[in-house]
Amino acid sequence: MTKNLEKHRKERLDRGIKVRSDSLYALMSWRELSYLVLPRLVLIVGMLILPLVMPSMYWQRVISNVCIYALLALSFDFLAHFVGLVSLGGAFFIGTGGYIAAILNTSFGLPPLLTIPLATVFGAFFCTILLLPCLPLRGVYFAIVTLMYPLLLTRVIEALDILGGTDGVLGVESFLNRWMEQYVIIMMVLLFLFGVRRLVIKDIGLVFRAVKDNDQAVRASGISITYYKTIAVFIASSMGCLGGAYLVHLYMWAGLSMFALDFSILPIAATVIGGSGTLVGPVLGAFILVPISELLRAFGTLRIVFYALILLAFIIFRSEGILVYSQRKYHQFEKWVKV
Amino acid sequence: MQILIYGTINSVALALYSLGFAMVYGVSRLPNFAHGALYVVSGFITWTLLNSLGLNYAVSIILAMIATGIIGALIYQFVLIRVRGMEISEIMASYAIGLAILEGLRWGGFKGMTYTLPAFIEGSTEIAGVPVDYQRLLVVGIGAAVVALLWLFTHYTRIGLALRGMAQDERAAMMLGIDSDLMAVAAMGFGSMLAALAAILLLPLGNIVVEAGYNVLILAIAVCIVGGLGSWMGAVIAAFLIGFAQILTVVYLGAHYQMVVALLAIILTLILKPSGLFGRQKELEERV
Repeated sequence: MTKNLEKHRKERLDRGIKVRSDSLYALMSWRELSYLVLPRLVLIVGMLILPLVMPSMYWQRVISNVCIYALLALSFDFLAHFVGLVSLGGAFFIGTGGYIAAILNTSFGLPPLLTIPLATVFGAFFCTILLLPCLPLRGVYFAIVTLMYPLLLTRVIEALDILGGTDGVLGVESFLNRWMEQYVIIMMVLLFLFGVRRLVIKDIGLVFRAVKDNDQAVRASGISITYYKTIAVFIASSMGCLGGAYLVHLYMWAGLSMFALDFSILPIAATVIGGSGTLVGPVLGAFILVPISELLRAFGTLRIVFYALILLAFIIFRSEGILVYSQRKYHQFEKWVKV
Repeated sequence: MQILIYGTINSVALALYSLGFAMVYGVSRLPNFAHGALYVVSGFITWTLLNSLGLNYAVSIILAMIATGIIGALIYQFVLIRVRGMEISEIMASYAIGLAILEGLRWGGFKGMTYTLPAFIEGSTEIAGVPVDYQRLLVVGIGAAVVALLWLFTHYTRIGLALRGMAQDERAAMMLGIDSDLMAVAAMGFGSMLAALAAILLLPLGNIVVEAGYNVLILAIAVCIVGGLGSWMGAVIAAFLIGFAQILTVVYLGAHYQMVVALLAIILTLILKPSGLFGRQKELEERV
């Protein structure tokens, strides 16, 4: 009761072990080393053993889906919180990558291990070129354009009846076995996750963040903003296209549903829930959201309502996300002190 | 002649779709991605009042408009006001609301061919040899009236002037004693009512379907972007441009391309002249 009468505030202090392990002294003892390594190891080992502990084929499929959404969420987080471009075009990347992989496989007979990297690179080129004209724009415009492209491509494919029209491209080759199917995408998620984490602390990452925070200052330093935005969009869209190419080989089919809004919305929800601007958070968010949405499959379209509401609640009440919250708990003491 | 008549009707319909969106964006710089959902909701409210409660058509229309206005105001007051100014969160929050409403309706069984509103006046007439039904003529008439009334409202009433003041310069408006939050709520309410009005006028021409929500949203965005976000007159002119372009493509290319026109218009405008045809005042802010 007294807490209500007097004003209190929460005081936060870094744990001693966090302060020690911030510097080179971390190498002095196993305790500090394990404090640093443990969260990363949990993530890596956890993801690597996931396919082994999944009870059925069905849940292994779910893990593959989770990884695709994780890649998309990672790409959204990177673009939105490190470059300042809000992209609602996850479906655009997925569809582009998917169709390119499907065509390379069915028309030219290339094996999946070749089509996926090719689709990643060419898809990213394609997306970047299409998005290039609107890169100098600020604000909501990039978001709207990226939202419109997948819708436009859907209608164009429908109207012109190209690329298989409404039926899609059938008969795409699948992976050799299911272990390969699982580990290809898991390794890719880990690779991109740690790659992007490394990228944003390099010099180029510094420029990216500067573009986000103050583009005029970047321009005043004689650096082309559009050039760096182009690079960032290329990186982000390559992640999306990789996911799309993988998806095509997973389901042995490429169709208009690859431009569906799910691929644009779910990654954003995952990012918000996991913790925006942390890069690991979105992956975590995907691992929470996608299985939930699988469990809710019985409810039909009600599950979309559920995750729209979850997203809303997180945006309004807990905009920091799960990861930032747990990071704080991991690194800091909290206690109430009287004001 | 046919192109002229149906182009006009289509254009007025587009203008009705987008006025609410333009109003909300103009006043509070909030891209209201729940606009399409409000449109559909008002259709279903009217249907429920009319068929389940058995009210008079005119009464249920008025009640539905008021109800939609209140829903819009509540959405703003309790949700969107908290994320105001954060562009990403604004888009995502309003989109999430729209998605929740639309998919909730779909789950609630509001789908299929069974939901139709009756036309205000049955029957049709001929203008210069082209058959046009009365409802479509009514759409044009009321649409023109709405645009005119809106102009009078924003130029001669206190609330209207306050809204316009907010749209031009929020800080100056606040210094002159205009409650900016209250006005934003009012704008959202009026915007939702305009969406409801559009729904009630246009839904008798077809079925009430949930998918319409997404299409209306896209069309409203297309019109507002081509006309310049935040410019009301621009929105009306852009509605005519896109409206005629759509009818022309339908006549010469096929119905498939109708949506392509709107989407292409958005993308081309953003690429060539991002501030739209009439959004000149903000040109400097938008390009880096």
